[in-house]
Amino acid sequence: MLDVTAIRKDFPILSREVNGKPLIYFDNAATSQTPKQVIDVIVDYYSNYNANIHRGVHTLSQEATDKYEAARKTIQTHFNAAKSHEIIFTSGTTHGINMIANGFASLLKEGDEVIVSALEHHSNIVPWQMLCEKTGAILKVIPMNENGELLMTAYETLLTENTKLVFVNHVSNALGTINPIETIINKAHEVGAAVLIDGAQASPHIKADVQALDVDFYVVSAHKMCGPTGVGVLYGKEEWLNKLPPYQGGGEMIAEVTFEKTTYADLPHKFEAGTPNICGGITFGAALDYMNAIGFDTIASYENELLEYATAKLLDIDGLRIYGNSNQKTSVISFNIGNVHPYDIGTIVDKLGIAVRTGHHCAQPIMDFYNIPGTVRASFSFYNTKEEIDIFVEAVKKAAFMLQ
Amino acid sequence: MTIQDIQNDIIDEFSMFDDWMQRYEYMIELGKSLPLIDDQYKTDDNIIKGCQSKVWVHAKMEDDKVVFTADSDAIITKGIIAILIRVFSNQHPKDIIDADTNFIDEIGLKEHLSPTRANGLVSMIKQLKMYAIAYQTQLN
Repeated sequence: MLDVTAIRKDFPILSREVNGKPLIYFDNAATSQTPKQVIDVIVDYYSNYNANIHRGVHTLSQEATDKYEAARKTIQTHFNAAKSHEIIFTSGTTHGINMIANGFASLLKEGDEVIVSALEHHSNIVPWQMLCEKTGAILKVIPMNENGELLMTAYETLLTENTKLVFVNHVSNALGTINPIETIINKAHEVGAAVLIDGAQASPHIKADVQALDVDFYVVSAHKMCGPTGVGVLYGKEEWLNKLPPYQGGGEMIAEVTFEKTTYADLPHKFEAGTPNICGGITFGAALDYMNAIGFDTIASYENELLEYATAKLLDIDGLRIYGNSNQKTSVISFNIGNVHPYDIGTIVDKLGIAVRTGHHCAQPIMDFYNIPGTVRASFSFYNTKEEIDIFVEAVKKAAFMLQ
Repeated sequence: MTIQDIQNDIIDEFSMFDDWMQRYEYMIELGKSLPLIDDQYKTDDNIIKGCQSKVWVHAKMEDDKVVFTADSDAIITKGIIAILIRVFSNQHPKDIIDADTNFIDEIGLKEHLSPTRANGLVSMIKQLKMYAIAYQTQLN
């Protein structure tokens, strides 16, 4: 059982007010809030051992390096990667995706095929469009149904011997659908294609086991998992990371430099040019420790309770339609009321102290599919409560009354 | 009426409201009641790219005055547009160029004109002034 009253005390921001009302934060799919245990690590880093890593012989540098590498191990354990050097620190999910797209640019040739899903975030579409333009590869899209679920039979027909890469998000950011990535990965491997899974939306709710999944690449952002912004991780199988060229040139990614030739450093440093987000990496480890202490099973079952409670209550509102009705969903509800613009609803509920996301959620193709300008998206975290949902539902009713 | 007179009128009207709910209800009414732009002008050419709500603006010159029409697909945005049109339409280009929009602050809607707000209104005001500058150039 999750003690939400105790957990809420860990998050200082949850006690602030917005527009004179207690904050209700339902924009967790955009960024999660930070518990004091994690904030303390940031303060400790800058107060006690801020130094550049991997280079200095002095004590501070050694301490910072140890903590940074310990965080890498924590992340390795969390995702069950076989080796710690398969964990590459990035600036976030988008960075990780671009690293892979850039790496594959040198491996793809004209006529090769790349498959993405209809449920993707912009950041998971644009790099592949650029990659295909550069290489002459062909971009194919797995379609979805009205419930926001990928059509797996259509996916199988898209896979051919020319398929080199498949890119799918584990969970859709706009709709919350949990995609059947085990099947997606297995089918792709049958034709010899590599698979990158965008785990940004899944990682706060589902603990992915990269070895059990047999996934080739998995990318996440710390700021969705109670960690800081500007840091994330790319997991890659060792054999793939060795095959791909480095993303950026710079310090730390080289083994030896002469003007004739540079040899690259071993993993993970080959992909970590320059001074990394040291504090961010260490703090990401602390955030994972915090979430694991609560337990991902506990988190998931509590959030599922919130999802079911909120879904039932919202559907009682006249004219309210929920987009994304898969029975496999994380705690995300995307909805509209009649023809009311989501921006209007977001504006009114903000006045009542409630933070939700409105708009196309960087997933315009999904909005085009439903022929809507966007949705209101409420996303719940393990520190939210049913009482907050009650207040939110009343606020939505008030907004609907004013706007219709 | 000068732009300043109209702005003062609007500030007076809004001063009657006690809280944000009444202000928003009034704006929503304004947004609902006004036919703002002819459908033929609701084209992609006239669209101002805000992040979330669409805003269209059309301008024409009549008797040395600029006449604006505009619309939005979001009703609160449309209400603010109705107010802006009331202030800026049927004015000489020079007066439009020189006018400020501080009255928005005074009627308690400042957040809607924040440059970081993704509703297109800041770009819309910029666009209104751009039209005025263009017409002023023709007059010179």
